[in-house]
Amino acid sequence: MVLKVFFPTCCSSAESGILIGRWISEQNSAVILAVVHFPFIPGQVKQYLSQVQQVTKIKVSVLGSWSNSQQEKEESLSKFLEDLGTIFAHEPWIQISKERDSKFWSCSTLQKESNNSKEEEIILVYYDQRKVMLSQLHPPMDTTTERKADDASKLATVFDTVANSKILFMTDRYDDGPIKLTHWQSDGVEASIIVELLKQASVPACLLLTFLLSLISVVCKNRMLKYWPLSFLWSKLSTCEQLGHRLQHLQIISSSKKAQNQTQLMRKANIFVSLLIDVALGILLMSWLYRKNRIGHLADTLIPVADRVAKELQDLLQWLMGAPAGLKMNRALDQVLGRFFLYHIHLWISYIHLMSPFIEMILWYVGLSTCLGLTVALCILSDIIALLTFHIYCFYVYGARLYCLKVYGLSSLWRLFRGKKWNVLRQRVDSCSYDLDQLFIGTLLFTILLFLLPTTALYYLVFTLLRLLVVVVQGLIHLLVDLIDSLPLYSIILRLCRSYRLAAGVKFRVLEQMHGKPLRLLMQINPLSYGSVVQMYSLPTYSCYPKDSWTSLCKKLFLGELIYPWKHKGEKQD
Amino acid sequence: TSAVWLAAYGLFALCENSIVLSAAIFITLIGLIVYLHFVKVDQESLLIIGSLGIQVTSSYASGKESTTFIEMSQVKDVVINEAIHMQKVIYYLCILIRDPQDPLGVSEVVPLFQSSKPRLDCLVEVYKSCQEILAQREMAPKSS
Repeated sequence: MVLKVFFPTCCSSAESGILIGRWISEQNSAVILAVVHFPFIPGQVKQYLSQVQQVTKIKVSVLGSWSNSQQEKEESLSKFLEDLGTIFAHEPWIQISKERDSKFWSCSTLQKESNNSKEEEIILVYYDQRKVMLSQLHPPMDTTTERKADDASKLATVFDTVANSKILFMTDRYDDGPIKLTHWQSDGVEASIIVELLKQASVPACLLLTFLLSLISVVCKNRMLKYWPLSFLWSKLSTCEQLGHRLQHLQIISSSKKAQNQTQLMRKANIFVSLLIDVALGILLMSWLYRKNRIGHLADTLIPVADRVAKELQDLLQWLMGAPAGLKMNRALDQVLGRFFLYHIHLWISYIHLMSPFIEMILWYVGLSTCLGLTVALCILSDIIALLTFHIYCFYVYGARLYCLKVYGLSSLWRLFRGKKWNVLRQRVDSCSYDLDQLFIGTLLFTILLFLLPTTALYYLVFTLLRLLVVVVQGLIHLLVDLIDSLPLYSIILRLCRSYRLAAGVKFRVLEQMHGKPLRLLMQINPLSYGSVVQMYSLPTYSCYPKDSWTSLCKKLFLGELIYPWKHKGEKQD
Repeated sequence: TSAVWLAAYGLFALCENSIVLSAAIFITLIGLIVYLHFVKVDQESLLIIGSLGIQVTSSYASGKESTTFIEMSQVKDVVINEAIHMQKVIYYLCILIRDPQDPLGVSEVVPLFQSSKPRLDCLVEVYKSCQEILAQREMAPKSS
């Protein structure tokens, strides 16, 4: 079988020595982790390797020898290297040698107990040690399930080996130890001051945050707030939902136990970055709003806007009370409905005028809460829209109920008209013999309802359209909030800047070959595409989109049933 | 095509405002760049290494390269498939991926050379070389 040797690119300029790494016998491949230079004592090398093995749980052993000769090939050196093979017994013993000016390396193996005399083919695969160590292969291997060794992906074992041998890379050449190694960090261990400082500062910060959060949650769970109608109010306002969601996020970040595996770590990082950006944008918005007393302007324009909306509604009702679009309405019913709604609007306008002196102050204080995040600001906007158009919602409910009653009445009387009845027990339509007076009254009522149908239907149609408009606007705002909530910003930035961390696979490039020398390949990391990054790491949100399909929505509209556009997770389904 | 579009937009927009003209040119250029980067495939290549796996690369006109690597343990076989499209029969080369649960089944079929669509004689040559390499991996027994 073909023997594959994974060689780190950083070791290609190293001095001669012996190779240490891991031998994967099922795949007939050797992963080389470092080169140990002369002089060394074999006993110490074996001791060091057993120490490393204990810590990393990977079978690290001496695999072969490496000679990088600056001068012409020396016969004694090659004999010495072969003798080393007898000291460190490893099967097969790999010998790689590189001449000074040539790009091509020669690689051979020594097998002591082999029966076949055939020359084994060798493939040299170069890999960048640092990138392979830091990267994570997607989809992540499930370590809890029982899998046979040959089922496991070959590359995953290679990546695993390098990632787990971090301890091997901790000694650099400036350390005074019995063994001198060459690997990617042998010029000095990498560390950055900022990261270390942050790590030190994060522990007390986390403790403080947990304490504050527990206080807030105790306050929120206070029994007084659970009584109706306050609990009803909290569940309807989307701002409270958003705040609760963010609180949950903060709890996840500030919990003191470390992330178990990579996915949890990424999720924590995503939540943290998303929260940070949210608060930053919110503060930006707040500074823009308060700069030129824009809040005052906003409050000043709010009342005239509400007035204008009410005036438009009044005009609409006047139009409906006349002959809208050339349709002829039933005058009496028209007048009744129109006057009822007009009075309603009158009540609403007086209520707004009552509130007007306080609007500016309320808005000012509410605007302060935008510093909690841009999502909170958008939720507040959505709630304000809902409150301002509350009368449209009321009208919609009235119109819908009237229409619904009418449709049910009509359908039941239509059945009577034909001589049938709805059997509640059997849930079907049965024939029934009615008395004459029942039939008479029934037909009379049916005719009345039928001729009053266009009027009610028109009012219902108009108010439903208005309500749908408001629902669409609110829906767009919620969509935006959801987008900001669930976008994994940290993962996207990671994919942009350090694309080798998220790997979908590898790609090989064939380097120059010469006949007689082993095949050389360069292994590079193939990063994940942006779409799969977003899909894999997007955070869960609290709202679920309407489960009604378009047909059931149309059916509900036709029958006059009320539409509830959003159901939040955790609400009882009725 | 871009010259035709530019001329058409130019003629259309000259009657109105010059900003429309420049906007049309801008949009056409952007569209061309997007097309070259995401749609037009310059070259497709297949690399088979007997013990490692199969690598499929397609390079686009703007220089972007997209690669997929399939490990040898996942590959069941490489075959030429026939498909009936409208009034003719087309041949394409594809890789059969092994199903982890069912050792005899195929979980996925990956078609190759989708944009260059070589004809049957080309495909047969590629197929023969692939089969040579794949046959070697069956032949070599696992030695410890």
